[in-house]
Amino acid sequence: MSVKLTTRQVGDVTVIDVAGRITLGEGSSTLRDALRDLVKNNHKDILLNLKDVSYIDSSGIGELVSAYTSITNQGGHLKLLGLTHRVKDLLQITKLYTVFDIHEDEAHAVRSFA
Amino acid sequence: MAEASRTVEQVLDSTLESVDQAERVALDLARESGFGEEDLDRIGMSVRECVVNAVVHGNRYNANKKVQLSILRTPRQFTVRIADQGEGFDPAALPDPVAGDNLLRQSGRGIFLMKTFMDDVQVRRLQPAGTEVILTKNLVSKR
Repeated sequence: MSVKLTTRQVGDVTVIDVAGRITLGEGSSTLRDALRDLVKNNHKDILLNLKDVSYIDSSGIGELVSAYTSITNQGGHLKLLGLTHRVKDLLQITKLYTVFDIHEDEAHAVRSFA
Repeated sequence: MAEASRTVEQVLDSTLESVDQAERVALDLARESGFGEEDLDRIGMSVRECVVNAVVHGNRYNANKKVQLSILRTPRQFTVRIADQGEGFDPAALPDPVAGDNLLRQSGRGIFLMKTFMDDVQVRRLQPAGTEVILTKNLVSKR
């Protein structure tokens, strides 16, 4: 399985539930395209729910960073929700854990955009 | 019981499918060696990152160029050699991906992750062309 994305709206916040693997190739490009479409359609507050992400590689990390930079530069916000141990470990090793706004609880995360 | 020493060698196409294949082969052998789940994760990711570099940056998906995968397991070490036929690069010239100015770069974390996850990483230019990366994980402390 590569990656599956489900997008839903919670108030003004667009939540993307991501499941599967975010790796070089289909996984990374699917996520990149989805985020670009959302930004193009003026969705600027985006919460990426990664609780069902089983694997992420350096390309996947690169996509998160690229999306974060792009959305922030356009006046939006990209936040992360529900990191697995593996993803959290990788973000800590790459010193990105403190760059992203990371949440454990969805309701709390959604309120943080206000 | 697993054999004391074992070698696996494969020649891979310059495709992303080869990345999955290399990871699968390496993990099968690493599992036989008795590594725990965390080490298996780290070996698997290091091999993936290395073969991605070989396919994408080294051979640039060129169908005429191959990636050589050699895995050697001894009672003391698990060693993976990955060689491409690309133009080569200077590893010392790679920017530090965890330095402040580089944190938000989209790429450049692969070798850093390999060095974090493995006990030793050697990168060497091959003649007349290509790059060889040798990833080593020690088994001694697992016994």
